[in-house]
Amino acid sequence: MTASDVVISCKNVWKVFGDRPERLVLTPSTTLDELRATNHIAAVRDVSLEIRRGEMLVVMGLSGSGKSTLVRCLARLLDVTSGSVEVEGRDIGKLTETELIELRRKKMGMVFQSFGLLPHRTALENVAFPLEMRGQDRASRIARARDMLTLVGLKGREGYFPRELSGGQQQRVGIARSLAVEPDIWFLDEPFSALDPLIRREMQDEFLRLKGMLAKTIVFITHDFDEALRLADRIAIMKDGAVEQIDTPENIVMAPATPYVAKFTEAIDRTRVVHAGALAQPVEGRAIEGEPLPADETLHALARRIVSDSRALIPLSHKGRIAGLLDRKAALDLLLGPAA
Amino acid sequence: MMATTLPQPPFRLDQKRIAQAILLAALVLVVFRGVLPAGLVRLPGALVLPFADWINAGFDFARDDLGLMTFTRAFSDVVEFCLDVTANLLYGKSRWPHVGPIPWVVIAATAGMAGYALGGLRLGVLAGGTFVWIAVMGQWKWAMETLSVIVVAVPFSVIFGLLMGVLAWRYRMAERILNPILNIAQSLPHFAYMIPVVVFIGVGPKAGAIVTIIFSVPPMIRMSLLGLRAVSPEIIESGKMSGTTRLQLMTRVRLPAARTEILIGVNQVIMQSLAMVVLASFIGMPGLGQKLLQLLQGLKIGLSVEIGVTIVLLAIVLDRLSKAWALKQPEHVEGSWLRRHRVLAVWLGLVALGFVAAWSHPYFAEVERKQALSMAGPVDAVVGGFIDLIDPVTDWLRWFLITWVLIPLRNAFLWLPTTAVLLALVGVGWRIGGWRSALVCLAFALPIALSGWWDRAMITAYTVFVAVALALMIGVPLGLLGAANETRARRFLLVCDTAQTFPSFIYLIPVIMLFGVNDVAVIAAVMVFATVPIVRYTIEGLRSIPPEIVESAQMSGASAGQLLRHVKLPLAVPTLVVGANQSIMFALFMVIIAAFIGTQDLGQEMQRALSSTDVGKGLVLGLAVAFMGLMADHLLLKWARNHEAAMGR
Repeated sequence: MTASDVVISCKNVWKVFGDRPERLVLTPSTTLDELRATNHIAAVRDVSLEIRRGEMLVVMGLSGSGKSTLVRCLARLLDVTSGSVEVEGRDIGKLTETELIELRRKKMGMVFQSFGLLPHRTALENVAFPLEMRGQDRASRIARARDMLTLVGLKGREGYFPRELSGGQQQRVGIARSLAVEPDIWFLDEPFSALDPLIRREMQDEFLRLKGMLAKTIVFITHDFDEALRLADRIAIMKDGAVEQIDTPENIVMAPATPYVAKFTEAIDRTRVVHAGALAQPVEGRAIEGEPLPADETLHALARRIVSDSRALIPLSHKGRIAGLLDRKAALDLLLGPAA
Repeated sequence: MMATTLPQPPFRLDQKRIAQAILLAALVLVVFRGVLPAGLVRLPGALVLPFADWINAGFDFARDDLGLMTFTRAFSDVVEFCLDVTANLLYGKSRWPHVGPIPWVVIAATAGMAGYALGGLRLGVLAGGTFVWIAVMGQWKWAMETLSVIVVAVPFSVIFGLLMGVLAWRYRMAERILNPILNIAQSLPHFAYMIPVVVFIGVGPKAGAIVTIIFSVPPMIRMSLLGLRAVSPEIIESGKMSGTTRLQLMTRVRLPAARTEILIGVNQVIMQSLAMVVLASFIGMPGLGQKLLQLLQGLKIGLSVEIGVTIVLLAIVLDRLSKAWALKQPEHVEGSWLRRHRVLAVWLGLVALGFVAAWSHPYFAEVERKQALSMAGPVDAVVGGFIDLIDPVTDWLRWFLITWVLIPLRNAFLWLPTTAVLLALVGVGWRIGGWRSALVCLAFALPIALSGWWDRAMITAYTVFVAVALALMIGVPLGLLGAANETRARRFLLVCDTAQTFPSFIYLIPVIMLFGVNDVAVIAAVMVFATVPIVRYTIEGLRSIPPEIVESAQMSGASAGQLLRHVKLPLAVPTLVVGANQSIMFALFMVIIAAFIGTQDLGQEMQRALSSTDVGKGLVLGLAVAFMGLMADHLLLKWARNHEAAMGR
C-alpha cells in the first residue's frame, strides 16, 4: 500500500464538547472522568484510522458512541478539538473557508439520516442544488439531476416536493443529491435508519448496486451490526467515542478484540460472514484430491457440499488456483456447533 | 417503648419567611396610614425625578444636534413616495403613476382569487365577499385609505424585522441588546409610539404609516429569530456539504427552511399594522379608523357598526389569507402550462372582465355615496329600541357598579400609601422568586413612584384589576364549558382566535352602545377584551392534560366534579396563569385606548401629551404602563414556571 492510496487519514482525533475544550491537554490516556470533572464531554476520543481509495469503511456503534460526530469531523462539519484529519494528504483543519467549499463542491457527498432535503424545492431542484451552488448552468445541472434521479429509480417524480415522497423515496433523493457532483468521497450517516425494515433491506440492495457501479471511497455510519456486516469492506466498532476494533467483518466475527465487540458477534450467524478461505490451511505439499470448492463463498453457501463431502481436507480454489485446504471438521464445527 | 420525636428544624430565614416579614411590614404601613408622615403616604415632591425633561433633552439633542431630523426626513420621503403610489392605485389620489383608481371589481376579484389560491373556495368567497361588501356599503374610499397604508407599511416592517432577526441570530451581542428593548417595545401602549413620530414627522398619513412600521417590527424580529433557530441541523449540514458559501447558506437554505415561522411573523406584522393604522386616526390618519372615531364621538351607532363590521371583516380576511399562506405546503401539479397556472389564468381573465365591466358601467368602477346600501337607519332604530328596552337594567347596573364597586375600589387604591404598595410588591416578588424577583419588582415599580404619576398609575392599576377580575369570573367558566368536548373546544378556540385578530378599537362600539361614555363603559370594554385570552388558555390548559392522568383518576372512581376539582383544575392552573398574564397585557393596552371615552388614568395624560406633542411626558407615561405590564409578566410567568417545575412537567 502506498501513501497515495490513503484517501482519508485521521490521527489522534479528539472532539470534546463543553465549556472551554480548546484549553484541554488531550493525551491518549485522558479518561472520560477527568474530562467530566471539568464539565467536558468527549464525543470522539483519540481516533486514528486510514481509509483507502475505493474502500468502504463502516463505522458501527450504538447511539452516543460518537460515530456521527466522527463522520462530521471527517467532513469538517465540526472542527476537531485535537489531532488531524487529512484528505488526500491535505490537513482539512487548515483549509480556508473557500478551499473547504471547493473541496465539498468537487470531492465530497453526504447522505443524512433524516434526509436533510430542502422542503421548498422539488426532488429535481434538490438534486441540482449542489450543482447550482458551484455555478453550473441551468440546462446542464437539470440534465444531470434528471440522470441522477433516474439512476436511483425516481424517474417520473422529478416535480414532487419532499413531503409528497415516502421516506425511502426521500432518501433516494438524498442519495442522488450527494452523488450529483461526482464526489470521490461519499459519506453516509445512518442513511437507512429512519426507514422501516422492509424498505431498509431494499435500499441496502440498491446501495450495493450503486456501490458496484461507482467505485467510490465510502464512509458509512450505522448502528445496525447486520447492516455493517452486509455492506462493509472493513468495520470500525466504536464505544464511548473510541474505536474498539477496526478490521474486516470476517476477522471481527472470528476474533473479536474486546468483550464489547464479542457481545455483538455472539448473536451473529458466523457462517454467513466467514468465507471458506478464512479457514484454509496452507497446502504444504499435501495431496490434493478431487474437485476444489470456491474459497470466496461463505460457509453458509457451501454448507450442503461440505456436509456431503467425505474428504477430511477439502481443497479450495481462488481465481482458478488452489488457495489452500479446508479442514472439514473445523468447518462442520462452525456450521453445526462443536461435537458433543 | 420511648416515643421518639422528630428533631425540630432550626429556624431559618428562608424565602417564605422573608416574604412574610416584608408583607407584614406593608400591612403595618396600611393599618397605621392615619399616623404616617406624609412622605411615606406619597413620595415627597423633592424625590420626583424629571424623567420627561431628560427624555426631551435627549430627543432635542438627537433632533437638533445629531441631525436625526435629516435622516427621518429622508426616510419619510421614501415612505411618502410609496404611499402616493398606493394611494393613486387604490383610490385615485392624483399622484404618480396617475393610472388609478383600480375599479373595485378588479380588487375584489383579486382578493377572491388570492383567497381561493391559498385556502380554497371558502376563503375565496370570504375574501372576495368582504371587498364586495365594502364597495356596496359605500366605504370603499375609507377602506382603501387604510389599506394603502398597510400595503406600504407591511413590507417595510417585514424587511426591517427580518434584517434585525438575522442580526440577532448571527451575533449574540445583538440579541442581548435587542431582547430587553423588544420586551419593553411589545408592552408599550400604541400611543407612546405616536408622540415621537408626531414630533419628527408631523401628523397625517405619512406619520400614520411610519408609526405603523415601527409598531409592527418587534414580532417580525422575534419570529425570524425563532425560525432561523428552528431549522433542522441536518438541513444546514446538507447545505454545507453541497458547497454553499455563507451567503448562499443563508438565502437558499436557512431562510427558505424557516419559511413558516417567517410567514407567521408576516401575519403578525399585518395584524399589528391593522390595529395601529386604525388607531393612527388619532394623529390624523384618514381611513376607516378616523371615520369610526368621528362616528363614535358623535354617538352615531348605526354607521359605526357598519364601519366596525368592515374593520372586523378586513381583519379576518387579512389574518386568514396570511395564515393560509404561511401554512401552505408546496404541491406539484403536472400537465400543460395552462393546467399548472390555472389560478393565474382565471385571475387574469377576471381582471380583464372587471376592467370591461367598469368601463361599460360606472357602478363597477366606483359606487357613489347615494348608491351605497347603508343600513344605518334601520340599525339605529333597532339598536335604539333594544337600548330603550334594556335601559332600566343597564342603568341600574351602571349605578350599582359605580356607587358600590368602582368608586370605593378606586378610592381604596388611591388611599394606599405608596410605600406600602412598593413594600407589598417587593414581598410578593420575594415570595415567588427570591431576592431577584423582589429586585425586579422594585426596579419596575420605583420609577413609576419617582415619575410623579403615581395616582394616575394607581387608577390604571385599579381599572385593570377590576377588569381582569371580572374577566376571570366570566372567562374561566366559559373555558370550562368550552373544554367539555373536542368539537366544542375547537369551535371556542376559533372564536377566540378570530376575536383576537380584531383591532382593539372595535371593542368600544358595543360598549359605548350599551353604557354610553363613562367608567363602566371603559371597564366593560377592557373586560371583554381581556376575557378572550382567559377563555382560550383555560381551554388549552384543560386540553393539554395527558389523557392517562384523567383515565387513572376515573379508574380511581373520581366523579366528574372531583375530577375537575382535584385533577383537571390543579393541572391546568399554570396555563391559566399564563392566560391571566396575557389578559393583563391586553387590559393595559385597552385601558389606554379607552382613554378617549374619558378616564382619569395614565391614558388620559397620554392623550394630552399626544395633543401637546410632549415626547418626554408621553414616553414616561408609556414606560409606566409598560413597566406595570412587565412586572405582572415577570411575576406570573415565574410563578407558572415554578409551579410546572414542581409538578415535574
